[in-house]
Amino acid sequence: MAQAAAVTTTHDHGHDGGHDHAVPYTSTGISMWKVGFWVFLGSETLFFGTLISAYMVYKHESVVGPYSSELLDIPITSISTFVLLMSSLAMVLALDALQHQTRKKAVIYTLLTAGLGCVFLGFQAFEFTHFFHEGLTLQKNLFGSTFFVLTGFHGAHVSIGVMWLLILAVDIMRGRTGPKESLRLEIAGLYWHFVDIVWIAIFTLIYLIK
Amino acid sequence: MATIAAHVPSTSHPGAKKKKSLVWDLMTTVDHKKIGIMYGVTALFFMLVGGLEATLIRIQLSKPENTFLSAETYNSLFTMHGTTMVFMVGMPIAVALFNYIVPLQIGARDVAFPRLNALSYWIFLIGALFMNSSWFFGAAPNGGWFGYANLTEKLYTPGLNTDFWALGLQALGAASIMGAVNFITTIINMRCPGMKLMRMPLFTWMAFITSFLIATALPVFAVALFMITFDRWWGTNFFQTMAGGDPMVWQHIFWMFGHPEVYILILPAFGIVSEIIPTFSRKPLFGYAVMVYSASLIGLIGWGVWAHHMFATGMGPIADAFFTISTMIIAIPTGVKIFNWMATMFGGSIRFTTAMLFAVGMVIEFTIGGVSGVMHATSPHDLQQTDTYFVVAHFHYVLIGGLIFSIFGSLYYWFPKFTGKMMNETIGKAQFWIFVIGFNLTFMPQHWIGLLGMPRRTFTYSAELNLGGLNMMSTVGVLFQAVSVLLLIANIIYSLKRGAAAGPNPWGAATLEWATESPPVEHNFNRLPHVHTREPLWLEAAEIEDAARGTPDPYIHMPPSSYWPLLTAFGVVLTVALFMTGIWWAPLVGMTWITIGAINWAYEPTH
Repeated sequence: MAQAAAVTTTHDHGHDGGHDHAVPYTSTGISMWKVGFWVFLGSETLFFGTLISAYMVYKHESVVGPYSSELLDIPITSISTFVLLMSSLAMVLALDALQHQTRKKAVIYTLLTAGLGCVFLGFQAFEFTHFFHEGLTLQKNLFGSTFFVLTGFHGAHVSIGVMWLLILAVDIMRGRTGPKESLRLEIAGLYWHFVDIVWIAIFTLIYLIK
Repeated sequence: MATIAAHVPSTSHPGAKKKKSLVWDLMTTVDHKKIGIMYGVTALFFMLVGGLEATLIRIQLSKPENTFLSAETYNSLFTMHGTTMVFMVGMPIAVALFNYIVPLQIGARDVAFPRLNALSYWIFLIGALFMNSSWFFGAAPNGGWFGYANLTEKLYTPGLNTDFWALGLQALGAASIMGAVNFITTIINMRCPGMKLMRMPLFTWMAFITSFLIATALPVFAVALFMITFDRWWGTNFFQTMAGGDPMVWQHIFWMFGHPEVYILILPAFGIVSEIIPTFSRKPLFGYAVMVYSASLIGLIGWGVWAHHMFATGMGPIADAFFTISTMIIAIPTGVKIFNWMATMFGGSIRFTTAMLFAVGMVIEFTIGGVSGVMHATSPHDLQQTDTYFVVAHFHYVLIGGLIFSIFGSLYYWFPKFTGKMMNETIGKAQFWIFVIGFNLTFMPQHWIGLLGMPRRTFTYSAELNLGGLNMMSTVGVLFQAVSVLLLIANIIYSLKRGAAAGPNPWGAATLEWATESPPVEHNFNRLPHVHTREPLWLEAAEIEDAARGTPDPYIHMPPSSYWPLLTAFGVVLTVALFMTGIWWAPLVGMTWITIGAINWAYEPTH
């Protein structure tokens, strides 16, 4: 949907119908899409907040194993967390490249961001399979239910972000998204950083705290 | 409209060139005014549905040991009555007014995301029809609008009833969040020059605060609905007591959403009354700033009172004391509003039009509901009243006395703006008094019915309770309310045909929407106005009216219509419907549909 970012402008007083000019009038000077997206992210915060709370409330309530202390692997998850953090760095570089440097660099960094997101998802797939072989399922106990639903929703968010970035990468490559339309990449970046921050909260609260 | 359009280049009026059919126009429109009307008409339709459900409930309860309805049907009726009135009437009718009025009040030409706005409406309509279709499958939701786990687990309600409820609400909730994002952005970013936050009309302020509550409370509810859905379909353990799951967790999450929801329903009503009373008292609203602050406080404290719905669950003295105190504190900013409305009227030159009657009626009836609210804020008192008709009386006084009175008032107030016609005042006043009588006759006796011990959510009662007389009174009241609502519909139809021409500002009101034509042209304002005061049409009318209706800007760009919102909305409801087939890959069909819709939407040219 970020594609529409720069073009939905009901206050646009331009008359040539192109999308290549003039930031539309807003009361705050901030673009509609940025304001709207921040509000949406605020809403998402409550969504993940509730899921994390449910995990915390049920932390020691499982009546059968396997329990969280037996399965959660801090070293491996530290690596995947590092990968996701690096993808945020790549995201920043991609936006900078699109705004101030070359299209080629922007494409490379955008693809790198998506790629690191895929690596993170790979770690998650590995973790889920490993847990499954250890006997943990959605149905097994409260740990399984709360853990898989929470991290599953997070993984779904990462997947949507990867698809979004891939579409944008193609767009930048074909020249449809250039420096003037960088808002599209910026909005995708907001989303990406948000998903990353949610993971930091999950990693801290679910993995690091015993 | 035609005369104005003649001055505007045809590009800004795609509809003016080639005539489109009305149905196609409505299906593809992104105009906030048309979407507002569609929201309103749909919500009024569901008000009739919910009202019919209530009537059946009251017929059943009119005498002891009645056999008019079976216990099962009764369960479905009270569940769907509550769900319909909250999610398909109360919220959307407020959103209808936000849609139509807010852009006009802040001097904007549309909302921030016109197509997203259409998407919200279509998800609401299709989702509401989906949930109500459950009646035809004999699987109408029957677990209460609060859906208490673990009653709603597969073990206890094996049918599709709860799934229709949870999945339908999931769709409606998503639509509400999109709407909230849209209105917050609109109000932050699309105010005309000079329209500072503290110059915004109170109704717009309430739309702003309500939208924040929707954006924050509905995702919490979404998680609760996901949990119960996964419990039912995938065997997760969130509320399975055998696996250590705790039904209290449902109650906490539900009411953490459910109490802000109460303010989502009532704050728009506060906004409406804060528009009507100053207009018909010919005085600026008393204590404007305090009204804004008190509503903000209500929104904030509204997040810290949820467990007063749960005093009977045995949370312990500390939690009980905390939630008793926080609930009582929230009565203070609410009381401030009541006094400010009274002070606005004091010394004013009051005109008792139908709209004003409903507004004054709201202040009185809502206060009665507020007083009983403070009564069961006290936890020991509440233990006596929990699950009795006293609670039913309380929340109908705040929701009908507060919200519905305001909505009726708003119809009389803004109908001239929507249609260019005045509503009939004689029918209006008759409707008002019949409604006052009917409403009080229905719900006042329920205070006694409850205090004398009759439990709610039970399909009949013993003759030995000696409550037959009071219950019959209550049922007779419904008849009056039904007549009143039919009079309202008759008045709308009559006034559409025969109503006197309204002109731009029939009430002599102060806010920007009254500077535009009635009904407003597609682009609302010929030139964006520049305001310097809170009451622009009282203090700077000449300039403002000239901007609104004078020579138009040479270039006005309005977004073109689009059918992607409707198609994408269909995909959303298709996804939840296919989920109910139990075939694991079926929802993926709906998700693919949504993805295709979203991508086409994104690449659709908007110029």
